[in-house]
Amino acid sequence: MSRPEIQVQGLHKSFGDNEVLRGIDLEIGHGEVVCVIGPSGSGKSTLLRCVNLLEEPTKGRVFVGGTELTDPDVDIDAVRRRIGMVFQQFNLFPHLSVTENLTLPQRRVLGRGKAEAAKVAAENLERVGLAEKADAYPSSLSGGQQQRVAIARSLSMGPEVMLFDEPTSALDPELVGDVLAVMRRLAQEGMTMMVVTHEMTFAREVADRVVFMDAGAIVEDGSPAQVIGNPAHERTRHFLSRLLDPAMAEVEEHDNAP
Amino acid sequence: MTDTDVPLQPRKKGLTRRQKRSLSRGAQYVVFVAAVIAFAVSADWGRLKNQFAQADIAEQMFPDVITLALKNTVLYTLSGFVVGLVLGLVIALMRLSSVGPYRWFAGVYIEIFRGLPALLIFIFIGVAVPLAFPGTEIIGGTYGKVALALGLVAAAYMAETIRAGIQAVPKGQLEAARSLGFSPARAMVSIIIPQAFRIILPPLTNELVLLFKDSSLVLFLGVTLEERELSKYGRDLASTTANSTPILVAGLCYLLVTIPLGFVVRRMEAKAQEAVK
Repeated sequence: MSRPEIQVQGLHKSFGDNEVLRGIDLEIGHGEVVCVIGPSGSGKSTLLRCVNLLEEPTKGRVFVGGTELTDPDVDIDAVRRRIGMVFQQFNLFPHLSVTENLTLPQRRVLGRGKAEAAKVAAENLERVGLAEKADAYPSSLSGGQQQRVAIARSLSMGPEVMLFDEPTSALDPELVGDVLAVMRRLAQEGMTMMVVTHEMTFAREVADRVVFMDAGAIVEDGSPAQVIGNPAHERTRHFLSRLLDPAMAEVEEHDNAP
Repeated sequence: MTDTDVPLQPRKKGLTRRQKRSLSRGAQYVVFVAAVIAFAVSADWGRLKNQFAQADIAEQMFPDVITLALKNTVLYTLSGFVVGLVLGLVIALMRLSSVGPYRWFAGVYIEIFRGLPALLIFIFIGVAVPLAFPGTEIIGGTYGKVALALGLVAAAYMAETIRAGIQAVPKGQLEAARSLGFSPARAMVSIIIPQAFRIILPPLTNELVLLFKDSSLVLFLGVTLEERELSKYGRDLASTTANSTPILVAGLCYLLVTIPLGFVVRRMEAKAQEAVK
């Protein structure tokens, strides 16, 4: 592994008095798939959003592909073209058809011609198995289909890195599989991926590394077998037991203090 | 179980609630119908007809009332609407800007032009502008002045409508656009504004109806015979014929446009409601 594709150094993020990230250091290598897990409010989504600067870090540095995003003079739009982002709520453009969702960003942002953009769009719709929905509008698609279109939209920009922010959390359970299948394929093709998720099966089978976060810090970072299979920390064990067997959890006082 | 061990609530004397409700509704109908009849009987329809509904006078208004007056009214309204839309969009974007002075300017503009009667704006454009900039002509003569005056007023209302529309577009849309590499300006133009306009189409059409009526204020600018719109045309004719029929005809011409527009707005609102579901 040469230089890391994503590099986060000493990252802090506060919303007012609320310190959400308390010093994160993370490196993700080229072609690596890293799943970030942790309880809600642990700061994992905020960390992901700092990686493409949708959230402005309070302190610390973020590099993607060797470019520092936290440099005040960086051309952030240029860097973001290399970073695909998939949201929990899909965020397809509802006023555009599926194909237009894929072609408009290519044409407006990358300056591609009509024919080339349409060709790339068709290829990527094929890739997520939705070629037959090319002319549909997002509102007529199921959540799972919308999310796959959103992935295809990001891929059409030719990103080097893909960020996934709880991509299956807003889906009905029976629709989760299609989206995960697309992501698994992407991982096998060698895409560098950072995935915030609650899907432990996906993390165990697809991820090269699993990062467990709690209260704004990384608690554990290692292979899936290590972090999920044999966690070293009590907090990780606690989280996993509640996630894997929620029916057996005890009622407890919630305090987020570490 | 039986009526012996469960004491039934004793029936109150007088009317049940249902009976009271239908009685009160019946009373409302009676009052309403009586008022309409009283109005219809007490008005002197013969004199009204003489003053407002002379068929021969109405006849001599055609085709000018359509080809000249209504045409000018539509022309004034549409030009004012276009100016108002462009200016309103600019003001709305300034209002949402992160630059303090822009926000401040937009706020002051909206407060002033929303708070002043349109009539005063027309007088201002007609009198103050030529005084302040002697020798300069507003492009398009009367048409230009009307477009400017109506546009200035409409922009204040439309700016608030457009701002609300932009803010009604979910935040995730901007985030998705930015994460695809759109610059803030490009995201606004390609992604946010098209969705905002879909949301505000009904209130914008309402604004068009209001402007349509406000275009009658043109008469305060002093217009030539060829530039007269419905109200001015109707009033002029009413004074030459010493009869108010032209006013009625002009009024009907307004309704000819505003009623279909209102219908369109309700259709759009119903459709938008459906889309939400």
